[in-house]
Amino acid sequence: MKFHQTTLKNGLEVVAELNDTAHSVAAGFFVKAGSRDESHDVSGVSHFLEHMTFKGTPRRDALAVNRDFDRVGAKHNAQTSEEDTFYHVTCLPEYLRESFDVLSDILRPTLRVDDFETEKKVIIEEIRMYLDNPMSVAYEAAKAEHFAEHPLGQSILGSIDSITALTSEQMTNYFREKYSPANIVLAFAGKSDWAQLVELAERCCGGWEGKPSTRSTTTVQGSRSFKAILRSEDLQQTIVGVSDGPPLESEDRYAAYLLSTILGDHTGSRLYWALIDPGYADGADLSYQDYNQAGAFYSFLSCEPDSVQDNLERMAEVYRVMMAGGPTEEELAQAKNKVLARSVLRSERPMGRLGSLGFNWMYRRRYLSVDDELNAFSRVTLDDIRRILKDWPLWPMTTVSVGPTTDVHPPKD
Amino acid sequence: MIEQYEFPNGLVLVAEPMPGVQSAAFTLLLPAGSAYETADGVKVESGAASMVAEWIGRGAGDRDSRELLNALDNLGVSHSESAQTLHTSLAAATLGRNLIPSLELIADMVRKPTFDDDEIEPIRALSLQNLRSLEDDPGTKVIYELRKRHFPEPWGRPSPGTVDGVTALTADDLRRFHSRTYRPNGAILGVAGAIEWPKLKEAVGRLFGDWPKVDDGRIHERPTGPRRDHIVRETQQIQIAMAYPTVTVDHPDYYRARAAAAILGGYSSARLFTEVREKRGLCYSVYASYESQKDRAAVLCYAGTSTDRAQETLDVMLAEIARLAKEGVSAEELRTMRAGLKSSLIMAQESSMSRTNALASDWYFLGRVRSLDEIAARLDALTPEDVSEFAAGQGQLDQMTILTLGPTPLKTPTTPG
Repeated sequence: MKFHQTTLKNGLEVVAELNDTAHSVAAGFFVKAGSRDESHDVSGVSHFLEHMTFKGTPRRDALAVNRDFDRVGAKHNAQTSEEDTFYHVTCLPEYLRESFDVLSDILRPTLRVDDFETEKKVIIEEIRMYLDNPMSVAYEAAKAEHFAEHPLGQSILGSIDSITALTSEQMTNYFREKYSPANIVLAFAGKSDWAQLVELAERCCGGWEGKPSTRSTTTVQGSRSFKAILRSEDLQQTIVGVSDGPPLESEDRYAAYLLSTILGDHTGSRLYWALIDPGYADGADLSYQDYNQAGAFYSFLSCEPDSVQDNLERMAEVYRVMMAGGPTEEELAQAKNKVLARSVLRSERPMGRLGSLGFNWMYRRRYLSVDDELNAFSRVTLDDIRRILKDWPLWPMTTVSVGPTTDVHPPKD
Repeated sequence: MIEQYEFPNGLVLVAEPMPGVQSAAFTLLLPAGSAYETADGVKVESGAASMVAEWIGRGAGDRDSRELLNALDNLGVSHSESAQTLHTSLAAATLGRNLIPSLELIADMVRKPTFDDDEIEPIRALSLQNLRSLEDDPGTKVIYELRKRHFPEPWGRPSPGTVDGVTALTADDLRRFHSRTYRPNGAILGVAGAIEWPKLKEAVGRLFGDWPKVDDGRIHERPTGPRRDHIVRETQQIQIAMAYPTVTVDHPDYYRARAAAAILGGYSSARLFTEVREKRGLCYSVYASYESQKDRAAVLCYAGTSTDRAQETLDVMLAEIARLAKEGVSAEELRTMRAGLKSSLIMAQESSMSRTNALASDWYFLGRVRSLDEIAARLDALTPEDVSEFAAGQGQLDQMTILTLGPTPLKTPTTPG
């Protein structure tokens, strides 16, 4: 593994982790533009814009974009989060030139009005698809409750109303502001040659223009509020809980991640033994998500409506016991083993490295190898986790319940 | 270099050392899918396969439930035990140095489960809740229901079972299912990654070599249907699912069949995505996929869309299936399909887990493992005329199953006769 880095004259930063034993190469653009960067009148524009980039450029229409990726067998996709829009492609090394030509081309899209109107319908279908999924509904509602007026609470997809009202001009303005080279990181992972990559980046992206953009990163304290939403058509009851956690700038993220593994991994965790193993619930996990100057622990619960109150009490009890006593040495060692093996497995594919490579550079201006990350995990002590539990209490948490009953309330202390 | 060995009791071990990886993975396929719930000598209610797959993880050998999961976690094993229609599959991945200790734990689960009666009610409660969650997931539900109507019973039998079945099953039923279907004859163990073949073969022999054979019970097929159906649900979107027969993996026309299915709906410039989503904006998700069993195979097509646009979506999908049969495929489409399949195959070389699936699956269908060169050569040999000729007989309405799920039914073409 060898790390390389350069900055093009227009401000675009390029990083690469090259590995001669890989069979493929992955390339990705990390655009610092997500739902937290949207004003209310353009809610959902980051994600809609991600779709529109695939609809055509001065050199390609939508069919040509898909065709030109597919004909060299390139696997491509994009995803939009609260903070970023991430475009990526994986291909065989001999097809990188062709694949990257398409990927970089779509970052300078035409944004034609009639494509905008057609794609609006697809976005609305995507919103409807998630409305049929109780967990997604609960997750969106829980973020909105927890973060309240803070932009991290805004929906990534937007609503049917906000998307319907959005104009192509608003999108074009948003694009100009956010897709400037200084707001984008380009990363490569896998089998390739650095000199060739620099030449490719300069040729395809060197002409991009735009002014640097800023993001508001005010800190936030979660609301710890409670809300019950009726969905009489569901059979199961779904709960999503949120509590504050360390931000991505903090070294505490390693301890926070291990804590979430000990408490809420899908197997062998405290929530597993308290809720899944006895058959009380068919879903109970805790995960940690870090954001720019913010962080959150997300709790998920799925169970029968009649037992939701009991299960919420059980979850609260698991958190209270952990906050009082911390984990055992054995639990910490086990969580480290899980993280180690999963990291190794994920990192064997260039695509498995691309995300952390790009995001580490964007937010930390640092290269962290797999070994750097694993060492940071192995250094975490029981005291670190106890400190996390004190600084970032898991309970009480913001709680949103969705399903056929509204007869559910916050557990008493 | 692919290594293989068949033990005298019928267990097949297929393995592929992969240079440059630190991990190792394995997949053990047992002839213990939900279809075997109906076999002679078994005959248990629907849901047994999934409940047994859960029960074996709750204590095995000299370890109780907690000790077993802790042991797997200490080795950093990512693992899953799941029943599908044909097989129960035990899959695991970890660091290469932990492979054999992990296999020892999995061997205990398969051969020496504790089967504590106290675990039955929690497992039943969990299984019933899984069934309820499936009802809340229309996209997954419709595919289970499609297979159930399209394939003859029990070959489309949903592995999560039914509420009645899961409620009625007893500990003895589950023990019987286990004793008849968890067996070496018909089992395939695929291993890939950082492995040493002689050590692996020795360990597998030690763990499974004395596992006694069990006669397989006969399975009686029954026709299913209906070919046209609608499930009423108050959802935002209507789910559209279709299936039509194609040829199996061991058939001489297999590569033509894969090519035709991929060109219809296997990637983003394929016909369904282009016509339904890109040109008309009718839906977010639309695809076609190839699915094979030993004696039957199907192309499954899926889309989910709003009520007022669902009829047009269905009509466009049917028109594309008909156009593929009538007009065939172009040379450019064939080139694109080939590039996609070939790069997927090569990229799978980077993941020990994907390779184990391919090894076990090839052995199941063909009794051997195909090399990448062989697959590439077969794909290269295809011509547009070949694929078009094959596609001409595909997607006939009288053999097609069409199922929708949502607030209102759609108009579907009637089956001739």
